[in-house]
Amino acid sequence: MSRTLAQKIWDRHVVRSSPGEPDLLFVDLHLIHEVTTPQAFEALRMAGRRVRRPDLTVATMDHNTPTLGGRAAADEIGRRQLDALEENCRWAGIRLYELGSRHQGIVHVIGPDLGLTQPGLVIVCGDSHTSTHGAFGSVAFGIGTSEVEHVLATQCLPQLRPRDLAVTVEGALPVGVVAKDVALGLISRAGIAGGQGCAVEYRGAAIRDLSMEGRMTVCNMSIEWGARVGMVAPDDTTFAYLEGRQHAPRGADWERALDHWRSLPTDEDAVFDAEIRLDASELEPHVTWGTNPGQAVPVTGRVPEPADENAVRALRYMALEPGTAVEDISVDRVFIGSCTNSRLEDLRAAAAIARGRRVHPRVRAMVVPGSALVKLQAEAEGLDRVFTAAGFEWRDAGCSMCLGMNPDILQPGERCASTSNRNFEGRQGAGGRTHLLSPPMAAAAALTGHLVDVRQVMADEGERGRRLAPPDPPGGWGGQGGRG
Amino acid sequence: MDAFHMHEGRMAPLDRANVDTDQIIPKQFLKRIERSGFGPFLFHDWRRNDPDFVLNRPEYRGASVLLAGPNFGCGSSREHAPWSLEDAGFRAVIAPSFADIFRANCLKIGLLPVQLPEPSVRRLMDLATEDPATTVMVDLEAQTVTAAGFAERFDVDPFSRDRLLDGVDDVGLTLRHEADIAAFEARRDPWLPRVTPQ
Repeated sequence: MSRTLAQKIWDRHVVRSSPGEPDLLFVDLHLIHEVTTPQAFEALRMAGRRVRRPDLTVATMDHNTPTLGGRAAADEIGRRQLDALEENCRWAGIRLYELGSRHQGIVHVIGPDLGLTQPGLVIVCGDSHTSTHGAFGSVAFGIGTSEVEHVLATQCLPQLRPRDLAVTVEGALPVGVVAKDVALGLISRAGIAGGQGCAVEYRGAAIRDLSMEGRMTVCNMSIEWGARVGMVAPDDTTFAYLEGRQHAPRGADWERALDHWRSLPTDEDAVFDAEIRLDASELEPHVTWGTNPGQAVPVTGRVPEPADENAVRALRYMALEPGTAVEDISVDRVFIGSCTNSRLEDLRAAAAIARGRRVHPRVRAMVVPGSALVKLQAEAEGLDRVFTAAGFEWRDAGCSMCLGMNPDILQPGERCASTSNRNFEGRQGAGGRTHLLSPPMAAAAALTGHLVDVRQVMADEGERGRRLAPPDPPGGWGGQGGRG
Repeated sequence: MDAFHMHEGRMAPLDRANVDTDQIIPKQFLKRIERSGFGPFLFHDWRRNDPDFVLNRPEYRGASVLLAGPNFGCGSSREHAPWSLEDAGFRAVIAPSFADIFRANCLKIGLLPVQLPEPSVRRLMDLATEDPATTVMVDLEAQTVTAAGFAERFDVDPFSRDRLLDGVDDVGLTLRHEADIAAFEARRDPWLPRVTPQ
């Protein structure tokens, strides 16, 4: 019988199924961090249970960690949470990449960094952006703390089978339009609950043409329209990314893995429960104007007339008038980072805009690499110098201002252009106002001091012949225009 | 987990769509390593900034059933959101729809997410607005919601319903299938990734 990518992976992971019950699914990889696990370990210990598969569990510190000054800079309760994670990992024999280690970083950045995220796996984490890992063709979803406890104890989760939803993006993305714009454009059309109960498979030429980083950005935002799972079928782009990484299979195992991975893509005549189609060539750089990720418009557009009470509330919170040109909105802060957009390609794309220019004097701009490894790689390419020379702050890896659990927060009333995933009220700091956009758009906003069409900035720079988001592996970009 | 059979209580109408978990419990309160004590921070910013916010109004003090708009609990997977509702005395949330992770988290801790059609939730909101003393009865066994002149059935998946009625230890339930799990582990491909040697 013909099956979708999600169905194939699901079927292969059913430990037990019984009529009227959810399937009991086996979890191949469990990612954990300091914020959503202390109560899970505590409950486990109180029940006299142990961690069943520490070898399939990996821990890092990311959500509340300072991006300056290391662990010592954390506040007291934040430090207590880090201490608890360390203690719990020691107790259970779980590998922990603590602050200061080479592989510390945002949990959804280090999994792929390490080659642990592979096609065909079931991956869970106590974080809603776990769908990021679906970019490799895995069923990856966010869970709560009770479910974290469940996985620690049993390596399994009872789960109801999701519906299959195809998102097909045909055509080619215009210059200046990147993966983030696909996500924001999609969510603004599908609505922020449009994916509820679904495993989404992103398909079509525009998705195939994305790098792994771009695919991760799109899959990452799945939860922002309600889908727990967002995935892309594995292909040569996936395999090239994985080969040689620390935990990728080697030798004969690599060949065996490849055989399996090549059998995963959705069968040609498989049927999805529903399909959404987008034309990539019609997409523009997008910016959110409101307080949820679906409230987005092209940067060339205007703040819309409110369609309902929610939009009225959103406009009031954002202190915006309907009809205002998006490009007339000035910003105080710029944040480049988060599990959505903090990978090397994102930093390169932002640096390509920032190179040789200056951050607007009114703006405070910050770049937070997704992992310690990304930071090292970026520094090896000189990106840190590009950013600091332009007046950006260059920080240590972590979730940082995406959710503001560490000292990196907005002050009340401050307006921020952010490459993160949520523009909810207070998300980046109580009273803070967030506009979501892509890394090059964020860099452009930092330079001009207002939301601006990055294509305009690129055109100004046109004679220097720089490209926006070079698909080349490390080295390809640096060779083009001389290093900073 | 505590069992849930039926609950009768007053309603608090929160007439907003897409209430995200950042609003239910803002991030600065997620640093606690304890499981309890989140109630005082429920809807922290809205309570602090809006004196008319429903949970600030004396007539809704002590309400134990929250009424909300569609897509309640979207966003972050933080279980701190249902914990804070539970800690503040809520036993059920009635809304036209729930975000998936929030619903799963509620079911795990015995806070009942009740999905009713939007016009029905609207009628309950009207009842709670007209007379805040109105009580509602949520009966999981019968799968009904009843209030003054209001009676409606709701759907819940049978597995979750039985678990809630029995108040069973979910992990214990899975561990009953230890033999199935071990057999599955034995047939997994040997090349699958391992973080550390087993």
